[in-house]
Amino acid sequence: MTEEIIIAGFGGQGVLSMGKILAYSGIMQNKEVSWMPSYGPEMRGGTANVTVIVSDERISSPVLNKYDTAIILNQQSMDKFECSVKAGGYLIYDGNGITRHPDRKDINIYRIDAADEASKMGMTKVFNMLVLGGYLKLKPIVSGEFIHKGLEKSLPKRHHGMIPENEKAVEIGKDLIYPIHVL
Amino acid sequence: MKELRLMKGNEALAEAAIRAGADGYFGYPITPQSEILEYLMAEKPYETTGMVVLQAESEVAAINMVYGGASCGKKCWTSSSSPGISLKQEGISYMAGSELPGIIVNVVRGGPGLGTIQPSQADYFQATKGGGHGDYRLLVLAPASVQEMADFIPLGFDLAFKYRNPVMILTDGVIGQMMEKVELPEFTPRWTEEEIIKMSGDWATTGKTPDRERNIISSLILDSAKQEKHVKKLGLKYTAMEADEVRYEKFQCDDAEYLFVAFGSTARICQKSVDIARARGIKVGLLRPITLYPFPTIPIHELSNQVKGMLVVEMNLGQMVEDVRLAVNGKVQVEHFGRCGGMIPNPDEIVKNLVSKIIGG
Repeated sequence: MTEEIIIAGFGGQGVLSMGKILAYSGIMQNKEVSWMPSYGPEMRGGTANVTVIVSDERISSPVLNKYDTAIILNQQSMDKFECSVKAGGYLIYDGNGITRHPDRKDINIYRIDAADEASKMGMTKVFNMLVLGGYLKLKPIVSGEFIHKGLEKSLPKRHHGMIPENEKAVEIGKDLIYPIHVL
Repeated sequence: MKELRLMKGNEALAEAAIRAGADGYFGYPITPQSEILEYLMAEKPYETTGMVVLQAESEVAAINMVYGGASCGKKCWTSSSSPGISLKQEGISYMAGSELPGIIVNVVRGGPGLGTIQPSQADYFQATKGGGHGDYRLLVLAPASVQEMADFIPLGFDLAFKYRNPVMILTDGVIGQMMEKVELPEFTPRWTEEEIIKMSGDWATTGKTPDRERNIISSLILDSAKQEKHVKKLGLKYTAMEADEVRYEKFQCDDAEYLFVAFGSTARICQKSVDIARARGIKVGLLRPITLYPFPTIPIHELSNQVKGMLVVEMNLGQMVEDVRLAVNGKVQVEHFGRCGGMIPNPDEIVKNLVSKIIGG
């Protein structure tokens, strides 16, 4: 199993930390992982993306131009990465702020309105975990037990009190995702 | 079992230095390597192992602090990125001239000038052909994973003290910024004063005792005959490095008809290109130099008897390709494919260039 993922959105949406939690969960489940961020402007509200690879085998290139799954959280990232999903792959997007919806016919497209739900539920801090939950519903590459361990490892100890809220968001996210176009 | 962590390459370097028993780090922030200083300041090794961590007033000051620490036989290191490494060149040349051990990490960014903060390999010439003035060489290690970032710190100190010569770890923003699983080395205690006297007492300024002459650290030898003798002695060290310290990795070379030559992050990308090309029936392998100086001239020369052509892939306009061409000596076609200015080549375009530049058609 090798899963090559791009997560892309705005700085501040938790793109990099979602990737980190996924990668750490992979390590806990004895997988090989790599996490390659766009760096520089992402902490200051610019566009941010991270390539995460989770595999049973040694990982070659941490830098990719085609992905099994693209998780897209803003329009700029849609414009940039819709064409980078491998044929037969998955595109997951949050509808918030999307003006041009994906229209490829050779990939699976799913939508999750995590931004709207997060603000409705007053859970904006765990927006990225809702999205992660949606992703894991489609691609259960790591199990809940290891997500828990991944959260423990990625979050600083002072934030460990927030782990239950994060785990709850992952579970809620699984019910939020719905298909737009399925092969 | 050793400890497994998910770390950035820059963090792995910093943690490995604490564990390797380093005595001092002197740095100045610059993207994409600022995590090194940030990590060390957060870990506070000065409260545990006693390792000094200091943000110097400039890159020039930092390299001269390494010079000072190394003069006392201490394990010292510094890091920066391209423009900052240019500032350090005078100090590096003085370290080589004074035969001082130490590690300089260059997390390369696009240049020339201030350039860009994105990854590049455009400092290959600077690292391997001089950089500073005078007849000297750095032993240059090129990690291709976060694990090697951690491993090359203790290896770098071993080699630096073995040859009393500065070692450079030449990496880039990809390896510095990416996170991978890393198995951290065990803790090695810092050397005691007694151990330093025993090991380096014949040259380091450990405090003069009545039973020996003064140890003087200097690169100034005004008598030309003596300076020539000194430079020739340095030359013998470089010859010894070329004989004993060449490191490289071969990937799918046994049946290869074509060869990629690439180092560091580009070598990782080329591994994927090998898989893509082989799936299309193209028998290509990869040779990855791990030491850029001394360069793996002989293994590349040997492969020139086996393959029909070589593509050197670098994030620059064509630098290491010159060393590959020297090794091959005209025997087979050697071409270059490069991206620069912070652009990273992707696995598909590398295969495309192998086909168009080497295989033909």
